Amino acid sequence: MNRIISPKMAQTIMKGVLWASGIITVLILIVIIGYILIKGLPVVSLNFLFSDPIDSGRAGGIFPMIISSLYVTLIAIVVATPLGVGAAVYLSEYAGENTIVKLIRFGAETLASIPSIVFGLFGLAFFVIYLGFGWSVLSGGLILALMVLPTILQVSEVSLEAVPKSYREGSLAIGATKWQTIYRVVLPAGIPGITTGVILGLARAISEAAAILFAVGASLSIPISIFDPARPLSLHLYILATEGISLDNAYGTAAVLVILVLIITVVTNTLVERYSRKMMGR
Amino acid sequence: MDYRIEVEDLNVYFNEAQILKDVSLKIHKNTVTSLIGPSGCGKSTFIRTLNRMNDLIDGFKHDGTVLLDRKDIYDPKVDVVDLRKKIGMVFQKPNPFPKSIFDNVAYGLRVHGINENNAIKEKVEESLKAAALWDEVKDKLDMSAMGLSGGQQQRLCIARTIAVNPEVILMDEPASALDPISTTKIEDLVHKLKNDYTIIIVTHNMQQATRVSKYTAFFLNGEIVESGLTERLFVDPQDKRTEDYITGRFG
Repeated sequence: MNRIISPKMAQTIMKGVLWASGIITVLILIVIIGYILIKGLPVVSLNFLFSDPIDSGRAGGIFPMIISSLYVTLIAIVVATPLGVGAAVYLSEYAGENTIVKLIRFGAETLASIPSIVFGLFGLAFFVIYLGFGWSVLSGGLILALMVLPTILQVSEVSLEAVPKSYREGSLAIGATKWQTIYRVVLPAGIPGITTGVILGLARAISEAAAILFAVGASLSIPISIFDPARPLSLHLYILATEGISLDNAYGTAAVLVILVLIITVVTNTLVERYSRKMMGR
Repeated sequence: MDYRIEVEDLNVYFNEAQILKDVSLKIHKNTVTSLIGPSGCGKSTFIRTLNRMNDLIDGFKHDGTVLLDRKDIYDPKVDVVDLRKKIGMVFQKPNPFPKSIFDNVAYGLRVHGINENNAIKEKVEESLKAAALWDEVKDKLDMSAMGLSGGQQQRLCIARTIAVNPEVILMDEPASALDPISTTKIEDLVHKLKNDYTIIIVTHNMQQATRVSKYTAFFLNGEIVESGLTERLFVDPQDKRTEDYITGRFG
């Protein structure tokens, strides 16, 4: 036996390396969020949250931006969820392994890998100009819908495929149709996974600046109609920083954006957790 | 003779592999028929042919006839959904839905278009009583069925099946995943249900076959070697292979 290190030694070393990888990941997260919060939170106040910006954002607050972010993201999710889940149901329940299915999967994967700025350019050409939606909440929301569609589709498909076959058999054996089985058994069982997909999409949509850069305009007032221009938080942050308007307020905006995403994620996860527990009787 | 199901010269193939060979069997009304035989002998495939669950599997082909109440269940005019309502099935592994106990039993009623709440409530209670589960769950009908024990889950699946008033209940080794006490409960239940339903039960356990069934069919390598009254088959087997199997010489 002429080993440089003993298997026992290798085991100890590898355990340490893997542990360190995990810890480093968490540290990076803490450092980034911590930095943003430390720099940004001093700016955040009730007034900052609930008032209009003054002088292009040098002073005042970010209330219209918070509303813009929520509005644009809502449109994206409302459009992308039924499409993504619908396609996922088709792929997991109806389609066998054929050319169309491969095409849909390939399409989703490719869509997911298109750079967001390219989405932005397409959105400008298609929604803003060709369809005449102008710089608006609608144009921005639709671009984001396209962007998050693959995420929702892929995560939903995986979670539907994870629903045990025995549930489907039990339902069919009782004389339910295929659609009744999907609608009443498979989808409810897949909801926790599907929700995770929607949340991933939502987090991406709310954080995205490049894709909507050319589509939502940069209005500083609260959007009311879907045809109004808007300025979501991410875009506001980008403008404040790149145009040298106010770095402090940029950090403040970033902090609010991070906290908003955290709140949405935590609240949804809690709801999903509660739903799963009730469903599985734990 | 009053037969519920008549199978004649049934051959079943999955792709190129022949699983059942010239199987013929008549199932008497309101009795229990056991299907016994070693693993892989085709007994599960056989009962899954009776409610056309095999239709779901790619590469399934068959010839021969399967009659339910003298009507061919593979006739193109037959609605599979109606057929499965008439022929219920209980699976080897309990498979309640991740829903409340109540909703599990109500499921079949709802998918068949019964919406009246009182009617559903009555039927759920009646079915749970018939499945000998009511007393154990009546105070927690809103709880998830996934929280029940394996034996309770299996009785729930039986309740779910009888809630839609089937004529036939197919049971694919319904007790093989259960402990002895739960098994006894399932067997008692089968005894009770045979007055109202025609039951076909696949079992690995020969004592179980003698305890619960009036008729038994012995499957081997995709064929029925011997079938008839359970008592006769176990006491006086006509075929050497049956004798070898029931005396434990193989399988």
